[in-house]
Amino acid sequence: MSSGAAADVAFVAFALVAVAAGYRVFRTDSMVRATFLLLASFLAVGAILVLLAAEYLGTALLFMMTVEMVVMALFMVMFMMNPAGLNPMAMVHQPRLAAGAGVAAGVALAGVAVVADFPDAPVAGSAGAVAALGAELLGPSMLVFESAGITLLATMVCAVVLSASRGRYGPTHDGSVAPPLDPGGDHRPTDDLVEPGGGGHGHHGSHS
Amino acid sequence: MTLATVLVAAAALVGIGLWGALGQQSFVMLLMGIELMVNGIILAAGGLWAFAAGGVPTGQVLVIVAMLVMAVEMAVGFALVVAVYRARGADTTEGIGSLRG
Repeated sequence: MSSGAAADVAFVAFALVAVAAGYRVFRTDSMVRATFLLLASFLAVGAILVLLAAEYLGTALLFMMTVEMVVMALFMVMFMMNPAGLNPMAMVHQPRLAAGAGVAAGVALAGVAVVADFPDAPVAGSAGAVAALGAELLGPSMLVFESAGITLLATMVCAVVLSASRGRYGPTHDGSVAPPLDPGGDHRPTDDLVEPGGGGHGHHGSHS
Repeated sequence: MTLATVLVAAAALVGIGLWGALGQQSFVMLLMGIELMVNGIILAAGGLWAFAAGGVPTGQVLVIVAMLVMAVEMAVGFALVVAVYRARGADTTEGIGSLRG
């Protein structure tokens, strides 16, 4: 990994950016600005990973988070009442408990980091690390790699199913009924007849 | 740049993320808190890989798993936000009193 005074200065700078931007995420009025502050925090962590000789991971984090945070900014504009931060706002609950839990968790973890006696086995250098990761992913850790792919596929299906407003044959709240097989006819597949009569005549309340 | 300093920075990120996840009302801001906690975990795992594990490749695989968790959490979380908003018109945790569909 990188060593020397320059690497130390760069690490301190990136660590300060990561923590300060992370704090500002929950302190700014503008939701879009909060998203890009979170992105700054991720980019700083990615840079630290590069300093730590995990060059592939740092770069992957950089690309992944840039795209993800842009998507997040879109959701902010869609769902928040104050995306541009034109009015001061504070949408918090149980602020004392939250701050207490956050400080307690941070201090406890930092205490472990300072007190614990970790083995001293620094990585040799970044040259072989990326190649070793590739050989690991396509060798002994192939199952992890493939599971990650399947998990992401399942996530895509799950996200579409959860967020879709209509089923295959129409809006979900109207009941999704298959169309007739022949034009103008009334021959639906019988096993597809969810609610004979169709329409919006309260076929929801009767079940619950 | 030592292992302790990297882990302290990671601990600060996890603490800030927990503060945000517990304190924010909006679902989207709550998700950002969780993201920040995973960010701290990624930093801690990277630091331990570089300083204490001698650079074994499986350490990097662990970081990739953490990044996978972050992507899944984000996608399913946003899908749930859309579903809850469609069903209840709610975009804050105070807007729904139960999880019943």
